[in-house]
This record gives sequence, structure tokens and C-alpha cells, in this order.
Amino acid sequence: MLNAEKKTCKYNEQLCKYYEQFRVYADRILALSNDSLEKTINVALALCLVCAVLVSLATVALRPLQGYNKALDMKKNILDVAGLLQDDTNIDEAFKDRIEAKLVDLATGEYVDGNVDEYDQRKAAKDPATNESIPVDKDIASIRMKAKVAKVFLVKNGGQLQSIILPINGYGLWSTMYGFLALEADGQTVQSINLYDQGETPGLGGEVVNPNWRALWKGKKVYGENGEVALTLVKGTVDTSRPDAVNKVDGLAGATLTSRGVSNLILYWMGPEGFAPYLNKIKSNG
Amino acid sequence: MDKETKKVLFEPLVDNNPITLQVLGVCSALAVTSQMSTSLIMALALTSVTACSSAAISAVRQHTPSSIRIIVQMIIIASLVIVVDQLLKAFAFDVSKKLSVFVGLIITNCIVMGRAEAYAMKNPPLKSFIDGIGNGLGYSLILIMVAFFRETLGSGKLLGFDVLPLVKDGGWYVPNGMMLLPPSAFFIIGLIIWGFRTWKPKQVEHNEFKIMAIAHGEGGHH
Repeated sequence: MLNAEKKTCKYNEQLCKYYEQFRVYADRILALSNDSLEKTINVALALCLVCAVLVSLATVALRPLQGYNKALDMKKNILDVAGLLQDDTNIDEAFKDRIEAKLVDLATGEYVDGNVDEYDQRKAAKDPATNESIPVDKDIASIRMKAKVAKVFLVKNGGQLQSIILPINGYGLWSTMYGFLALEADGQTVQSINLYDQGETPGLGGEVVNPNWRALWKGKKVYGENGEVALTLVKGTVDTSRPDAVNKVDGLAGATLTSRGVSNLILYWMGPEGFAPYLNKIKSNG
Repeated sequence: MDKETKKVLFEPLVDNNPITLQVLGVCSALAVTSQMSTSLIMALALTSVTACSSAAISAVRQHTPSSIRIIVQMIIIASLVIVVDQLLKAFAFDVSKKLSVFVGLIITNCIVMGRAEAYAMKNPPLKSFIDGIGNGLGYSLILIMVAFFRETLGSGKLLGFDVLPLVKDGGWYVPNGMMLLPPSAFFIIGLIIWGFRTWKPKQVEHNEFKIMAIAHGEGGHH
């Protein structure tokens, strides 16, 4: 202790003086009775200060790593819905090679410029500058607010567009479910769905993450003959003989409200308020 | 290692186990034990928090005003839990996602507070640290036992490796879905407590009162 003190003195006289003053003050406080008001307040303040420094150091020092983890997790979700995720996939590389992020104006369906890497649609949906509220009668997915600009992901194979990944969200039974829907390049055939963020009942509604249930979506068609959104969940299992079986997916057993929530969010996001303008543009171009 | 240290370190494993004897920290033991990997991380997190908080609380114990004693303990515990939570988010993201709120809830885990109040306030820092490790290990032991049964019987796996071949993959084992739900941990912990108390009859609690035999002819009126 004494050595360190001398060292500080060598470098900075002023600092040494402050330290000396602090020590005198600390000694006086420590000598007080534990139950005196002055000591109680001093101990509380000192403890808070030390703990606050500890917590802020940890948060600030670890933030870059946490941000990277979060981004990596999102990339994993996207690669998963694109069907490009194997156990040994190098996520960063696969994402860079195959996936291109684009910003889409939901109202017009046109691509817009902007910093696509930085854009966070979930944040934008909460920011009054970038969101719009959905009128109650149109709010099928019960989300109240949506971002004006959506971030979609195009999966490329060589130069060819292979599939389109659209962000979707909607209210289930307990929680707003967030996910991605991957459509083939025709903007009509479902490739996969991945509701990666949800708080539904484990074992019932929580089964939206079950790979077996998710596999049922492959090959289903979003739009019916007249261009209306026809893709919904049905109670029980789909009767394959019915003519519109290609628009129906099995409901989740024991989770009527979650199933309804999934149907609603598809209805909303594939409809005119959601991605229909954008998908129409893609169809007419391709 | 002297005898005293050994006692402080190993007594909480069986003889004074925080879960089976003191019946503390049960709620997180129900929640995180459906998989071995989450249990191990949770056990590690709780052990380090208990040990470090006990040491820190013990270090300031002589200058802790009794009127804000519990607040002082809570601030120290809460800060350490936040640090652990941040570390997990940075270095074990997938596990921290599965543990979700339960890392944060270590703050309210009775084992941590219990050791702070019962031991760290009266003993020097190093001993308190070892006591924290010991109790953390006692908690870990039960978590690992519960997770072992829940993961093998519930999903036929252990630490993600196949142990019992499942019917759906062409094997013979039909997984018991209830093992994946929290109530199953209740049964397993109950069975472990039963086992421990059969092995060490000293742990059996005495009845707090005796049920009186009803005197002949008095029954039926009340």
C-alpha cells in the first residue's frame, strides 16, 4: 500500500493529496459506530458506487460481443428458414455468399435505398418516425404498429433468385410471435416458416417451433385462384382430398388460439397491408 | 485442506444439501433441468454467484449497518448476477437464451441469500467463499441428478447425444413427454429427498405436533 502511494506521488502531486484526504475521511467513517446515520449513508453510497462501476464495466466491455452474438443468431434464423443451415455451416460465410438483404417500402412494394445492414425493422416498428399505426379494422395480426419499410432477404443461387424471406409477426395467445416466411421465387409457394421468437405455451402453442410441424408448410400455396390470401391453419389434420388442401396447414393440437394467431399473421402480412404489393411486383417482373 | 474447510465444502453435498434438506432454490431446479447443458450452466452460474457474493458480503460485514443489512446483501448479489448474465450473453448465447429469466432470478434464489445471512455475516471472507462453493456444489449435484433423468427419459438424449434410441428414429424408446415439463422435476426431487433420508435417517424431520388419537365414542360430532 505504501509503495503504491509513493508511486502515485511521484507522478502526480495533486492526486496524492486527494488520496490522502480520502484516506483520512474513510478512516473517520470506518471508526464510526455501525448504526450511526452518517456511516449508514456513507456505506450505502460507497457500495452503490462500487457496484455501479462493476456492472457498467461488464456491460460496456461485453456489449460488442453480445451484439455479434445477437446478429449471428438472427443470421442463423434466416439461414434456417432458407433451408441452408446444417450443423457444420459457417454462418457468416453462408450468409454472405447466399443472402442479400433489401429494404422494401410496404405501401408501394418498391425497393428503397438505405443502410440495410443497420436497419432494424423491429426497432423501426416502435419508432414514431418510421412506423405507422394500423387501423383497428385492418389490424388482423393484432400488432397495432408496423414499420413503413420492411427488411426482406433474397436467397440467391448463382445469379438466380431462389427464394424470398419475409419478416412476419403477430399476436398468438400470450405473446407477439416474430418469424420469417420463406417463399419460392414465384412469390406463391411456401418453402418454410420459422417463428423464432415466441412465448406461447410450451408443448402446445410453443410447438410452432417443432420441425415436424414446420415441415408441413413446404409446398403450400399462399394465394387462392382469385389472388386472395388463402393459406390458413385448419383444426386437426388437413383432408388431402379437398380441393384447397394446398392452402391448408394442420392446426396445432391443443392450441386453438395460437393457431388462429398464425393464420391471422399470414393473412395480414401476405395481404395488401403487408407484402402483397411487393410480391405482385416480383411476379410481374419475373 | 484442514478438517474445518472440508466440512464447510462437502457438508452441503449430502448432509446439509440446500435443496433436499433446506428445501431452498427449488423453483429454478424445476425450471432449468429439462436439459443437462442448461443445468450445468445454471449450476456454474449459481455456484459462482453464491461464492463471490458470500466472500464480498463477508468482507464488508464488520462495517455493514444492521439497518440496511439486507439491502447491502441484495445490492452485492444483484450486481454479481447482472455480471454473470452479461458474461453468459457474451460467451454462451444459446444457453443464455434457454435460461432466459432464470439467470436474473438467481437474485431471488434463497440459497444465495440464505448463505449470506446464515454464514457470510458471521465468518471471514475465505471461509465464506468456500461455504458458497460448497452450497453451490450441493445445488449443482441435485440439478445434475434431476437433469440426468429428465433429459434421458424425456428426450432419449444426454447433453445432446443419443442415449436411448427413439421410436421415431427407428429405435425402441418412446420418450416420456411429461419429463420435459417442470412438474416431473417435483417428483424426481421428491424421490431424491426420500432416497437421501433413507440413507441418512438423521435428516428425517421430527413431527412438529402429534396427532392425538380420538378417544373412544367421541368421533363423528365435529
